[in-house]
Amino acid sequence: MKCRSLCLVACALLLCAGTVPAQALQIFACEPEWGALATELGGDKVTVFTATTAQQDPHQIQARPALIAQLRGADLVICTGAELEVGWMPILLRQAANGRIQPGSPGYFEAAQQVRLLDIPTRLDRAEGDIHAAGNPHIQTDPRNIAAVAAALARRLAQVDPANAAAYAGRAQAFAGRWNTAMQGWAQRAAAIRGQTIGAYHKSWTYLEDWLGLHEAGTVEPKPGIPPSSQYLAQLISEWPAKNVRAVIYTAYEDPRGSEFVAQRINATAIMLPFTVGGSGRARDLFGLFDDTIDRLVDGLAGGAGGRR
Amino acid sequence: MERLSRARRVRALYRCWPAAGVVAALGLSPAAQADDIADLQREMKDMQRHYDAELKRLQSSYEARLRRLEAKLKQAETKPSAAPKQEASTISSAAPPQPLADPPQGQLPNSYPALAPAAATEPAPAVAPGGAAAQAGSFNPAIGIVLQGKASYFGKNPDSYFVRGFPLGDEAGPGRRGLSLGESEINFQANADPYLFGNLTLSIDPDNHVSIEEAFIQSTSLPGGLTLRAGRFFSGIGYLNEQHSHTWDFADQALPYRVFLNTQYDDDGVQLRWLAPTTQFLELGGEVFRGTAFPAGGPAHVGFGTFNLFAHTGGDIDDSSSYRTGLSWLHTNAHNRTTSVSNAPDDTFTGHSETLIYDTVFKWAPNGNPVEQNLKLQGELFAHYDDGKFNLVPLAGWSTGFYVQAAYQFMPRWRVGARYDQVLGNRQSGPLAGSTVDNLGTTARRASAMLEYNTSEFGRFRLQYNRDWSRGAPDDQAILQYVISLGAHGAHLF
Repeated sequence: MKCRSLCLVACALLLCAGTVPAQALQIFACEPEWGALATELGGDKVTVFTATTAQQDPHQIQARPALIAQLRGADLVICTGAELEVGWMPILLRQAANGRIQPGSPGYFEAAQQVRLLDIPTRLDRAEGDIHAAGNPHIQTDPRNIAAVAAALARRLAQVDPANAAAYAGRAQAFAGRWNTAMQGWAQRAAAIRGQTIGAYHKSWTYLEDWLGLHEAGTVEPKPGIPPSSQYLAQLISEWPAKNVRAVIYTAYEDPRGSEFVAQRINATAIMLPFTVGGSGRARDLFGLFDDTIDRLVDGLAGGAGGRR
Repeated sequence: MERLSRARRVRALYRCWPAAGVVAALGLSPAAQADDIADLQREMKDMQRHYDAELKRLQSSYEARLRRLEAKLKQAETKPSAAPKQEASTISSAAPPQPLADPPQGQLPNSYPALAPAAATEPAPAVAPGGAAAQAGSFNPAIGIVLQGKASYFGKNPDSYFVRGFPLGDEAGPGRRGLSLGESEINFQANADPYLFGNLTLSIDPDNHVSIEEAFIQSTSLPGGLTLRAGRFFSGIGYLNEQHSHTWDFADQALPYRVFLNTQYDDDGVQLRWLAPTTQFLELGGEVFRGTAFPAGGPAHVGFGTFNLFAHTGGDIDDSSSYRTGLSWLHTNAHNRTTSVSNAPDDTFTGHSETLIYDTVFKWAPNGNPVEQNLKLQGELFAHYDDGKFNLVPLAGWSTGFYVQAAYQFMPRWRVGARYDQVLGNRQSGPLAGSTVDNLGTTARRASAMLEYNTSEFGRFRLQYNRDWSRGAPDDQAILQYVISLGAHGAHLF
């Protein structure tokens, strides 16, 4: 009896699975910036699920059941790569029972493969902290990288969903135009802070600094992924003024206390930057992300001394 | 760029060799005499020479290949490109004209002049699976190593450990007194091809016995949400059964797992899982095992002695919390299974056992970001039925067990935890009165507390205290433990 009803339930579920109508391309984005980019390029041709939020450290995500379930139905996975998700994506992919999105197949897209990576370690040793062999994975802080990823992602969308290839190409073209204009605006606005020196909580901003011509004096974390000791904070406080550190920047998901502690004592500004889409009220999409990032940076660095923004 | 990083990685590896050689040599000759030192120096020089030659050879071969690639790239660039390609170049030409920063100083000899700027503006081809993987070593499986060690205090002799009312498997003991190595683990894993994944976990116990903990292959691309696994592996029943010991929140396994499953059901078999195509996580699975692991066992079975079914479901409650819960049923057969008892002849059991498990785990972290604080609550409920002959006397009956535990990270690096576990056996009369399966009216139970300090996500130190009533009278136990992970970054199950 019991067995039969169980079988019926299982059959019903299987039928449901078989009769779902052909619908929008299902996209699983590992981080919010790629989710936002997929929405820009895919429009109504895609449904985007974003696995993490701007309040979460993408290095440390639990391999949650909800993520397994979402991966099961995904047609395209968009991750940063460069080992950013090494602590959770491999196990999710193995449990997802979905051959379309395994690494190496067209349904698996890594943004970091589309750009040139910086901070490639010369010494691969965990004594250096949680380093990434392939290079710094936080590529989304430079809009030029977003542009490069957008172009590659548009091609990949067309490959995975050829029926809508023209739509993806059109949207990509439009996005590239708007993005170029916006980038010029950001670069102009940020010209004022070119050459200034900042400190960062984690090595999250290498690409942003590279784009805007900022110098990084060091990080509040003594080594990637290692929280600072009070001794180390004291060392920064004694060293950073000589390097003329004007601001200490951190992300929405990081504990602000370390950055604020150092900033206050060296008469610099602690600036929270959204880091990704959703990291602040204004960072609702990729354009808002950089509008807000540039405003916070420029205002913070121009404002000079004191307090937190 | 991929290639650049690989070249660097190779060099980093080669750089390590002489150092590793020295360390090994030093380790092997504790009483280093002058001769030995001279030998060592010679050996080091040899290695240095070898390393330099190897480096040169690699460098030149990479340079040649890079030149070829650059030529190809130029050729491709001059050809008329497709529409999306054009967008890419529009974007990059409008970008601020300065190229991305130079590579960090002193890392690269000036042998890759043309590639860096080209790479900065021209995105790599979108689909180049394995395009850059040219080294022989890059197909090596990922290797992870876990090192464990303890210092333990047991009020009562752990060698004569028993749990009142239950026969125990050979792994169920609490460990040994004093300083000892824990289980060392070596894990290799890789994809075999686009369809198969393989995993080998070797376990080395403190007495230098190597055993295969897991050795399985698993499908990666079956249709319909199916995953097939074959080999030796931890069964998917319950919650803790699948978790390797280095991921446990306590230094020892919960009592019901110890008593009913000899800590974990690990056997040779096949597993089929089906993942439902729903946003609610729902997974159904079944396994058939050879039936050699406790509570199965004995020489006379036919090699298909154990089977089980399990179902797990779960999801996110909100941004901060998620859960998984499940039901499992395990059927095992035993034929003249022997279990040892200290100071008495072995017990035997022939018959079948049914084990039902209900498991739940709940995880919470502010905004789902576990870095600063996180909480993990879990509990499992066991009902176990034996039907057969114990020491040739008919035995049938239910026993139960459960554990509940909490682990809370209250600030980065620090975690505290508490656990209560118990198993309830049966009072026996007749010929089995006073035997291993007679609990003499007591409930075996234990309460534990732990404090953890993590140097990083790869280094863990734990102090645990147990008050253990497994044998009736209480026993105080304390364990100081380290669990260190080396090598490939192991991703952990939920």
